Amino acid sequence: MEYSLIILLLPMLLFFVLGIGGHKMSHRTAGLLGTGGLFVITALSYAVAAQYFTQPRVEGIYPTLIPFHIEWLRFTEWLHIDLGILLDPISVMMLVVITTVSCMVHLYSFGYMHGEMGFQRYYAFLSLFTFSMLGLVVATNIFQMYIFWELVGVSSYLLIGFYYTKPAAVSASKKAFIVTRFADLGFLLGILLLSYYTKTFDFAVLTSGEVSLAATTAGKTFLGISVASWAMALVFMGGAGKSAMFPLHIWLPDAMEGPTPVSALIHAATMVVAGVYLVARLFPIYVTTPEVLTMITVIGAVTALYAAVVACVQTDIKRVLAFSTISQIAFMMVALGVTTEMQGHGALGYMASMFHLFTHAMFKALLFLGAGAIIHSVHSNEMSAMGGLRKYMPFTHITFLIACLAISGIPPFSGFFSKDEILAAAFEKSAFWGIWLSLVAGLTAFYMFRLYYNIFWGEEAHHEHTPHEAPKTMTIPLMFLAAVTCVAGFIPFGHFVTAGGYSYDIHLDWTVASVSIVIALAAIVLATWLYMRPNDKPARMADSMRRLHTWAYHRFYLDEVYMFVTHKIIFRRICEPIAWFDRHVVDATMNLMAALTQSASYRIRTLQSGRLQAYATVFLLGALFIAFVLLCVW
Amino acid sequence: MEIPMIYYVVVSTVMFFAGVYGFVTRKNLLAILISLELMLNAVDINFVVFNRYLFPQQLEGFFFTLFAVAIAAAETAIAIAIIINIYRNIRNIKVDDLDKMKY
Repeated sequence: MEYSLIILLLPMLLFFVLGIGGHKMSHRTAGLLGTGGLFVITALSYAVAAQYFTQPRVEGIYPTLIPFHIEWLRFTEWLHIDLGILLDPISVMMLVVITTVSCMVHLYSFGYMHGEMGFQRYYAFLSLFTFSMLGLVVATNIFQMYIFWELVGVSSYLLIGFYYTKPAAVSASKKAFIVTRFADLGFLLGILLLSYYTKTFDFAVLTSGEVSLAATTAGKTFLGISVASWAMALVFMGGAGKSAMFPLHIWLPDAMEGPTPVSALIHAATMVVAGVYLVARLFPIYVTTPEVLTMITVIGAVTALYAAVVACVQTDIKRVLAFSTISQIAFMMVALGVTTEMQGHGALGYMASMFHLFTHAMFKALLFLGAGAIIHSVHSNEMSAMGGLRKYMPFTHITFLIACLAISGIPPFSGFFSKDEILAAAFEKSAFWGIWLSLVAGLTAFYMFRLYYNIFWGEEAHHEHTPHEAPKTMTIPLMFLAAVTCVAGFIPFGHFVTAGGYSYDIHLDWTVASVSIVIALAAIVLATWLYMRPNDKPARMADSMRRLHTWAYHRFYLDEVYMFVTHKIIFRRICEPIAWFDRHVVDATMNLMAALTQSASYRIRTLQSGRLQAYATVFLLGALFIAFVLLCVW
Repeated sequence: MEIPMIYYVVVSTVMFFAGVYGFVTRKNLLAILISLELMLNAVDINFVVFNRYLFPQQLEGFFFTLFAVAIAAAETAIAIAIIINIYRNIRNIKVDDLDKMKY
């Protein structure tokens, strides 16, 4: 499968071609080049996936392949950084997800970004992102993953700030970059701890059980917690930053300032699940540190609930989707957190998490692209500017409805199957998490249908011009993703991706499934009752829970807390005194020396008068003086 | 009867300080140049005399003087060329007017 290298190199080539020569091309050429390239990559990825999953299993599992590998930097015997391509079930699955969504987004952007300034730059950045994301998932070692991890961060920054003339977009891009960078600090520390004790960066070695972090760090503790747990918790911090886990989620809602297709690609389907992918990639090590898995479960569960509550009251449709993304990724995290073993019953969560990652990427990209089509036609993100759009945008309406049903967990759409597996895994661990997640799933159904009814039903807003259906380039990706959403649930996912690698038959646990369906239906009925026809019930309900509503609307004031901590405490109490010291002590010493030199120079410069005879006189007097000293005094 | 060495040294001292005086007081560049030559020649005399009286077997002093004379000739040629150029530029060769090269 040597051609898998092309999957990585082609987007990079496209980035350079579009980035350097893009401004000389017409919009059409640049877009066709980018989209065409992505179609080729997608086809190659499908070929890789087909070839990988049809090869014979070795001892019941698909073998891990490394079709390309070079040693890049060698420092010492064991400290060397390699680059390569690693194919195993999850990386192949991610290849398919990334290229599919990226391809659809490229095609969609053709219509969405039509006539936009910087069209070629946009496609160049999309190619850069695709390259980085693919490099991240096929990384053979944790350091290569870190490099591409930062690259996706950069491309995310560039794309959020695509409308760089808009101050909101600029500050959102900075926020995203700084918050994720801060989390990556933890990631880097985790990598260093992990590889210091295991003496390797290689995933193949780390996850095969040849070296054991628990064994090499046995007995070593820091602040009462074992070093192994510290390492894995710090690595998870990086993942939590990228995957917008509470309390590092604050950048994701603001990241919606970027173009909508970018939100679909980066901030819904691919980059934000990198954290989940990271945990899954290192899962054989996480299994040995159960306390970190518990932490992941708690953080995931809190995030899921928090984001779902906030999503219920937001009025900007992209923000609702952003919080829904946070909530769904938290589901995947919880599913990983409740996994307790590599095979057997306790390993269900791993498969469920990956399955949900797969289905979520498709239906969330669909939701975002649908939202993009809506925004494209009404020129606003606010729900109040929408309403009654089902008559004007039939394709968008149907595909959006399919995605809403999928995310709510209604059979036979894909979300039902994966979410059901997550709930089953949670119940397997403990009833508490199972009930918690079921409630969050109910909230999910409620806010998604609130969104749906507010956009497509309800009171019709006054439009400056009649909303119109999006062009073909935008509806085709919608229909494709909707079709995937309809059938993805029937993929025998357990056959391809499981924690231990052994084939697993997904069987629906009908008690869990029926409970979750009933909850979802109840939530949908409630949303229908509240939002389908224009009435004053939502307002009355908000009034009766005034405080909760206000707090949720302001996202529980977490941004304000961050602002307070950074500005009032860190900046004022730490940074300002340090800045004062720098200016008034360090700089001042240097300035004083410079000032002294300068004033002395001003004083003695008149000696250089330019008068030859004055020089001669001084020279003569000096010579006489020295002669006198030498003759008489010496 | 040989002339004692002190006679030569007195002559060269007088020449040298005449040159120094002229160098410091005269305002004309050509006069300054002439004063410079006076000082140079005073030194040359010293070389020759010391060689002749103190180290009669050696020739370094004579050769040094010959070199100094040759270099003085070259230096004068250059100095006069510079003075002519100065004159072309400012129509004047007074040393007081040449104080551009200062702070």
